[in-house]
Amino acid sequence: MWLPSYATPAERLMRVLVVAFAAAILLFLIAPIFIIVPLSFSQDPFFTLPVREYSLRWYEDLFGNPRWLDAMLNSALAAVLTTILATTLGTLAALGIARPDFPARRVVMALLISPMIVPVVIVAVGSYLFFGQFGLTNTRAGLVLAHTALATPFVVITVTATLSTYDTNLTRAAHSLGASGASAFFRVTLPMILPGVISGAIFAFATSFDEVVVALFLTAAEQRTLPVQMFSGIRDQINPTIMAAATMLLALSVCLFAALALLTRKRG
Amino acid sequence: MTGEHIPGPGGPDALVRFEQVKKSYDGLQYVVKDLNLDVARGEFLTMLGPSGSGKTTTLMMLGGFERPTLGRIMLDGKPVERLPPEKRNIGFVFQNYALFPHMTVAENVAFPLRYRGIRGQAAAAKMAQALGRVGLDAMGERRPAQLSGGQQQRVALARALVFEPSLVLMDEPLGALDKQLRERMQVEIKHLQTSLGITMVYVTHDQSEALTMSDRIAVFHDGRIQQLADPQTLYNAPANRFVAGFIGENNTMRCSPAGQEGGFTVVRMADGTAMRAPGSAGPGELSLSVRPENIMLAEETLPPGANLFSGIATDVFFLGDHMRLSVSAFGGETVTARIPVAAARSFHPGETVHLACKPADCRLLEG
Repeated sequence: MWLPSYATPAERLMRVLVVAFAAAILLFLIAPIFIIVPLSFSQDPFFTLPVREYSLRWYEDLFGNPRWLDAMLNSALAAVLTTILATTLGTLAALGIARPDFPARRVVMALLISPMIVPVVIVAVGSYLFFGQFGLTNTRAGLVLAHTALATPFVVITVTATLSTYDTNLTRAAHSLGASGASAFFRVTLPMILPGVISGAIFAFATSFDEVVVALFLTAAEQRTLPVQMFSGIRDQINPTIMAAATMLLALSVCLFAALALLTRKRG
Repeated sequence: MTGEHIPGPGGPDALVRFEQVKKSYDGLQYVVKDLNLDVARGEFLTMLGPSGSGKTTTLMMLGGFERPTLGRIMLDGKPVERLPPEKRNIGFVFQNYALFPHMTVAENVAFPLRYRGIRGQAAAAKMAQALGRVGLDAMGERRPAQLSGGQQQRVALARALVFEPSLVLMDEPLGALDKQLRERMQVEIKHLQTSLGITMVYVTHDQSEALTMSDRIAVFHDGRIQQLADPQTLYNAPANRFVAGFIGENNTMRCSPAGQEGGFTVVRMADGTAMRAPGSAGPGELSLSVRPENIMLAEETLPPGANLFSGIATDVFFLGDHMRLSVSAFGGETVTARIPVAAARSFHPGETVHLACKPADCRLLEG
């Protein structure tokens, strides 16, 4: 197992143990997530393993029940709007911070990242109280704004990382050839930093789509998102439709992760 | 030389004029101090100096990427220090070429044309002409990463020339190339500049590059122009100790004035040896400078009135067409002589060598 032919039996045993340990850790990490997949295809209305009989009845409920459909639509809408806002703001912030003459760079960076570090319950309570002053609670705008605050740090980080390898002489060259600020950005800078911008956008989308705590505080029944619907579903009536929704969320996450991996491989 | 205005050959018709330009990044220290410089139309002017001498900052101010802290920069008679680079119509070739990696060579070269309203057929024709000028006709569809360093350099040149700017700035454009290619590009750039009649301001720290290409050279040191002159004058008549040491090789030795004799100033070296040199000695510190190729063996037939001195041989190197002989003379100064192989013999470290130089080849320098 990837050992030279002259390895001693002790070395071989050691290697087997290391690999087994690593595999066990991986299993520990992902097993609780993937256990929901078979449950979502179960015929039984209770969570029992192993699955005795398979069916698609919970998926039928998911896509047939207006409550679930509305929740999915709300989530998608909020996530798309958040992605657009967070990507724009985060990219602009990263570009500004990357300027050599930017004052107090570390402090501003820390402030921009803080929504990611502060416990999400605090962000949720804070947003609830603050947005209440402006009548933004129980509105889609409020939810999108709060999610944008949570998602922007991801964009700032990924774009800043891409900018660290960006040659600012390219921007200067574009200016010297006649391009104004906006033109130089869209024709030269943006194409060069696009992998970072897209990575940030994917993170922003996932952040908003999966988010439950802030959404619980800021949404009423009308703006209820998929994670909120799942959460209340668990509290009220234990129903395997949640498992179907969870499986769909999981599939989406896997797709986003794959897109990200493709993107980074292309860059490297 | 520093401080007062240095008129260029362009005079009032100068394309570029720096007036009392100062630049400081931190508000404490000036990287460019009191710069006055004219660049004439059609001139190839090189700003030469070690790193940190202010030459690149000066170029960046002319290109519009830095603003002078004080002073004025005139381009074609108009002040431009507040004009952004995209409004200056100046071609700029960057040290690392700064080609756009996501565009083809053709797209790179056509980039400046769209901002000048040139599109379609007209743009394609100009682009092809610019690529043809630098010998890259067949490379239009390639990406910059698929080209060699020399080819990338040529694309950068074509891109800076395609919109026919009146002024082209170059920031150490040949620094990344190997010696042979660098020398070929020097000739090519010079040819392009003369045949197109462009004004060029070129920054380098390579003195041989500056001597090869320039009509005039401004030697920068410590934020000031130390000397502004054509290559011959700079080489043969350095204005001060720094220029003497920076341009070519020079033996510069401390001395003190000791009178006049037959049109020459007589100076005494540290060990008392008398040497003669043209010109007069100013107040303050004084040095005598003489180039290694102007020192000969005193065993040959000597020109009348030669300065004679002797030293202990320390190093001898054979370099094909000449020998480099270093001696310790004048009580501890190292003097290097370049002896043509035809005139040389074998030397042994430690032996006393008698050397000579013509007074006309010696120079007295302040500092």
